[in-house]
Amino acid sequence: MAAHQKSLSTLLLCAVVAASAVTASGRGELPTRSRQAAPTAGATRIVSLVPAVTEMIYAMGGGDRVAGVSSYDRFPPEVASKPRVGALIDPDFERILSLRPDLLVVYGSQTDLIARLTRAQLPVLVYRHAGLPGVMVTIRQVGQRIGLGAQADQLASRIDDDLDDVRRRVAGRPRPRTALIFGREEGSLRGVYASGGIGFMHDLLETAGGTDVFADVSRENLQATTEILIARAPDVILEVRPAEGWTPDRIAKERALWRALPSLPAVRTNRVYLLADDRLSVPGPRVAEAARMIAAALHPGSAPRHSLHAGTTPRRERQ
Amino acid sequence: MTRASPLRRHVPVVLACFGLMVAAIVTAPLVGSTSISLSRAFSRSVPFADNVDAQIFFIARLPRALAAALVGGTLAAAGVVFQGLLRNPLATPYTLGVSAGASLGAMLAITFGSTWMIGGVASASLAGAFVAVAVVFALASARHRGLSTTVLLLAGVTLNAFFSALILFVQYLSDFADTFRALRWLMGDLDVGSYTPILAALPLVGVAFAGFAWLARPLNLLSIGPEAASSRGVPVERAHRVAFFTASLATGAAVSVGGPIGFVGIIVPHLVRLVIGADHRLVLPASAFFGAAFLVGCDVLARLVLAPLELPVGIITALVGGPFFLWLLIRRA
Repeated sequence: MAAHQKSLSTLLLCAVVAASAVTASGRGELPTRSRQAAPTAGATRIVSLVPAVTEMIYAMGGGDRVAGVSSYDRFPPEVASKPRVGALIDPDFERILSLRPDLLVVYGSQTDLIARLTRAQLPVLVYRHAGLPGVMVTIRQVGQRIGLGAQADQLASRIDDDLDDVRRRVAGRPRPRTALIFGREEGSLRGVYASGGIGFMHDLLETAGGTDVFADVSRENLQATTEILIARAPDVILEVRPAEGWTPDRIAKERALWRALPSLPAVRTNRVYLLADDRLSVPGPRVAEAARMIAAALHPGSAPRHSLHAGTTPRRERQ
Repeated sequence: MTRASPLRRHVPVVLACFGLMVAAIVTAPLVGSTSISLSRAFSRSVPFADNVDAQIFFIARLPRALAAALVGGTLAAAGVVFQGLLRNPLATPYTLGVSAGASLGAMLAITFGSTWMIGGVASASLAGAFVAVAVVFALASARHRGLSTTVLLLAGVTLNAFFSALILFVQYLSDFADTFRALRWLMGDLDVGSYTPILAALPLVGVAFAGFAWLARPLNLLSIGPEAASSRGVPVERAHRVAFFTASLATGAAVSVGGPIGFVGIIVPHLVRLVIGADHRLVLPASAFFGAAFLVGCDVLARLVLAPLELPVGIITALVGGPFFLWLLIRRA
């Protein structure tokens, strides 16, 4: 009895945590919403708990205004020297206050933190994540809020242009039916999680010239069972992972596992990819690079005319 | 012969449970989110690599049904043994900390597997289960000649709480993606996708069931109390040890295949007892067969209810089992 209560409460707690994580990365109606009307002439001590927004601020040239970042921030490398103030579920309120910020970028699901910050009369920028177009909307709003409106406009237009460039490159080519997979149990094909028909990952895939085999599932992600995978018969399997810890050996080993499903067109035609790169999962200013990486995997012939930015060489592995 | 007659009267029920299990295993691969053609699935003229219907049948559905049967039957039988060992009708296969240990092992593998642990989630959960069993056994036999069932129960419950705290700690350290996968593992999942996990668990389950077979009679006599059982020739200490280790082994093996799927180990034995009484020689096999059928059925529901989305099977068993459990509690009170 007690055992059940215990495991149940564990589960409930986990569920709450997961739910808040899902909301944070989930579909919000509005990409970004400011709590207070924003006449701010330009914040100069910004604390960002949202890695994607941190990247945006740096990309529009406001890196020197960042006073603190979340414990998950990794890019650009300059964030390594910034103070860390926790993240989605464990923001360190004291530490945030001690940095004397004049703007806080937080997730919409951090309601407790928002309430406390409001009580402390600190300006808050509430981030809500909504698909690929939402990235450009957020960039413009963040730019306006910190007084870098022109630079933000420029950045957003450049990303839009780069995305259009990717679209042009793949236009007219056959769009492979692709399963975009972002997680599963390592060493087996169990617990496969794939992108559903909405959200940032799905938009990236469609931009890069693929057709999502789960486009009809109106969720950001779904657990793809063995049966569903075989029945949907994707032409391409595209696994994306964070870069950390993925050696070529490990990648090769994980990709080889797909041979257990020999009827998949992707397996039969050797079109199983595992891309280990942080750009693929951060809805920030590097989304066009992410789209380009995916396009390179889906359409090997669509080689870019020029390198988009430094360091765009996709770490692509083929079977 | 006089003792055999009530036993014999209920043998048809055991056979019916067996039939139910077979029917469930045969039927389950026929249904799913995709409609497949059986004649094509079994056709030999199409090579297997090209035969989508055959692959759905033999790679996706059949291993799943078999895994569900193995896990369900094992958990139900382990539940019977734990209830007999602890002489507590509310005991489950997870009461003594086996599943919490297994879960901790799985959480560690999911969170840190790629960096500093060797082996997959299944083997890590099995290792965690063994650690929990060893700790509980050491505690329960430390100051007694035999196993103290009281200490066993208290140590198990405490260990459950302690491991749950450690699980939360590991979760706190992990990334969101890992946390989500760990949470999903705790809900139970039978989509094994191959026969390997089943074959890996089979020897352990086989050993455990051999122990269960020996235990049926001692458990009957133990139910009237250890002293009385001892006076009738039951080697009480040995029976306790065999019951503890075989039921724990069975639970650990089942959890390594399907995750800590709840309630099977408590509702199935009680339902079976309602029909055929308390004789372990009947309750054990009937629970194993019925538990297998029950979990196969729950897994079919899990596959169909939200198709093409998957509902975790542990949620189905909990939705069915939770109210039943409470009803049982009130009925006894």
